[in-house]
Amino acid sequence: MATTDTSASEWPLWEVFTQPPGGKPHEHAGSVHAPDAEIALQNARDVYTRRGEAVSIWVVPSVLISASAPGDAGPWFDPGNDKPYRHPQFYKTPRGVKVF
Amino acid sequence: MPAPLFEYLLRIGDDRLVLGHRNSEWCGHGPILEEDIALANISLDLIGQAQLLLNLAGQLEGQGRDADTLAYWRDDVQFRNLQMAELPKGDFAFTMMRQFLFSAWANLQLEGPIQGNHEDLKGIAAKAHKENRYHLRHASEWVIRMGDGTEESHRRAQAALDELWPWTGEMFQQDDVDRAVAEQGAVVVAADLEPRWRAAVTDLLGRARLTIPTAPMRMTGGRKGRHTEYLGRMLAEMQIVARSHPGATW
Amino acid sequence: MTTDPKTPAPEDPAKMAEFDTRLARDETIEPKDWMPEKYRKQLTRMMSQHAHSEVVGMLPEGNWITRAPSLRRKMVLLAKVQDEGGHGLYIYCGAETLGIDRAELIDQYLYGTAKYSSIFNYPTLAWADIGVIGWLVDGAAIVNQTMLARASYGPYARAMIRICKEENFHKRQGYELCATLARGTPAQRAMVQDAVNRWWWPSLMMFGPHDGDSPNSGDLLKWKVKLKSNDDLRQRFVNLTVPQAKAIEITLPDPDLRYDEASGNWLIGPIDWAEFKQVISGNGPCNHERLAARRAAHEEGRWVREAAAAYAAKRSEPAGQAA
Repeated sequence: MATTDTSASEWPLWEVFTQPPGGKPHEHAGSVHAPDAEIALQNARDVYTRRGEAVSIWVVPSVLISASAPGDAGPWFDPGNDKPYRHPQFYKTPRGVKVF
Repeated sequence: MPAPLFEYLLRIGDDRLVLGHRNSEWCGHGPILEEDIALANISLDLIGQAQLLLNLAGQLEGQGRDADTLAYWRDDVQFRNLQMAELPKGDFAFTMMRQFLFSAWANLQLEGPIQGNHEDLKGIAAKAHKENRYHLRHASEWVIRMGDGTEESHRRAQAALDELWPWTGEMFQQDDVDRAVAEQGAVVVAADLEPRWRAAVTDLLGRARLTIPTAPMRMTGGRKGRHTEYLGRMLAEMQIVARSHPGATW
Repeated sequence: MTTDPKTPAPEDPAKMAEFDTRLARDETIEPKDWMPEKYRKQLTRMMSQHAHSEVVGMLPEGNWITRAPSLRRKMVLLAKVQDEGGHGLYIYCGAETLGIDRAELIDQYLYGTAKYSSIFNYPTLAWADIGVIGWLVDGAAIVNQTMLARASYGPYARAMIRICKEENFHKRQGYELCATLARGTPAQRAMVQDAVNRWWWPSLMMFGPHDGDSPNSGDLLKWKVKLKSNDDLRQRFVNLTVPQAKAIEITLPDPDLRYDEASGNWLIGPIDWAEFKQVISGNGPCNHERLAARRAAHEEGRWVREAAAAYAAKRSEPAGQAA
């Protein structure tokens, strides 16, 4: 963001990831506008943890996120669908074994 | 004379009630949506702290007054807050600079009751201290950005500092109430509060490229119920609904 | 977006067919997915209008933060108005995924023709209004937003799920406040009844014109952005609210209100659509004040936004080049 016309500026957009308690992974919470990383963190804290939903926050400039294209969805993710042997349900346990 | 601890609780409770009220005036009018939300969080913390402190004051007094009675049914001369807290919110620079000066003070001042021997007060002070650390961080970052931002923001931040600085003397005045609560052991009064505050504030203001004014400290009186003309009007607004319906439940 | 609105290019029929199939399968549409230009436009309009409403909605209630009659009520109200700012923020972020900046969206309502919900152009004249807004206005909003949480556009639906979770407290606190006043002193009781008298009809208007007169409904229903019609949602709200009013012995100001055994619905009298049109075309009681307040905040905040941007630029730590 060069110092072009900032008069109408709402600041750049950052994606916010919050980590819920209990060792769960960070998940996407939403976005905030902020001029820099410190303010982005503070804004994320004020906007997305008002009800104590998080123990940790990541922020990343939205423009730095690379995403797969919708057209790739088939070739990328379908191959995973026909590999049932990757799932535990694929395997039979002998009758009588309840806890595995 | 009322019990010193009661008086002490009114002081630090009223600071937060009045400052929280002033900050809440920003709600819906902030400079950007994210900051509107941040300011509301600070107000909520401060008013929450005030409620705990004033409730405790009422309990100690033992005359059936709770935080609401104390907040809504005292007149301005019975309020014990710092005068700085009651000044109108001004522009964003004024509000943030005041929050910075206050939070930097509260950060050290709250150590007194935390180290004291009054269990209820210790608990409240510890909670307030935790919240205050975030307020200080938020306000500090803004003071730096305003001081070292644009020409206009620098001018506004410096003007806010010039205006507010002479009010800060009141934060360090000690009187019989302070001595009595220290004697009781409820509050450990640090002799070096002012120099520590000054060092912290000087460091940050320097990073913000702002100049500490040389103007002398103002005459004060908030701790004794002598206020500016602003407090009466603020309370008139704050108390109007409650006082229009005596005995009502809300 | 660079599409010239005057010459909408015809949509590719194959892509269009695939889009319709996806909607038929109840798949969500995501930002990078292909979507018809009209879908994008209608969504942008609807989401930004919704976001503007949340933010303007901070003003009528914010009007009473400094006068709330107890510390508990003061904190509840402040938290609620703050939530509304948060909800505006979530929805703006959702709208931005359609390829338009928040700055531009805000510009459109502050200085252009973009609309926000007509309800916020009514004044809050008494403390009881705070309760009634929570009960009726947020109650109506929840009926609408519960539906939108299943909207076909993923970012909108996700914002709504978060909002619905938070919004429930808004309605609860409002109804609790009304109930407290209703069983309070005669003056408190009169205050809450008067507030209901003033807010009931505007709340019903929040659902928009009757289905036959709603210009955008057709597309929005077809595309599963909306899943129910204005009249269906309004009826659901009335059915929920009538028993709540009875429970606290408050009268709804409609002499024609009656229960219809056959349909199981509470039927209302005629809505004054002339008033609705007045308010949405800018002549409501507070249109001028609401816009003026938001413009003032935006303009007086400009130097603050610029200061932080200038500081970030000096530190050469701008977004996109990362620390």
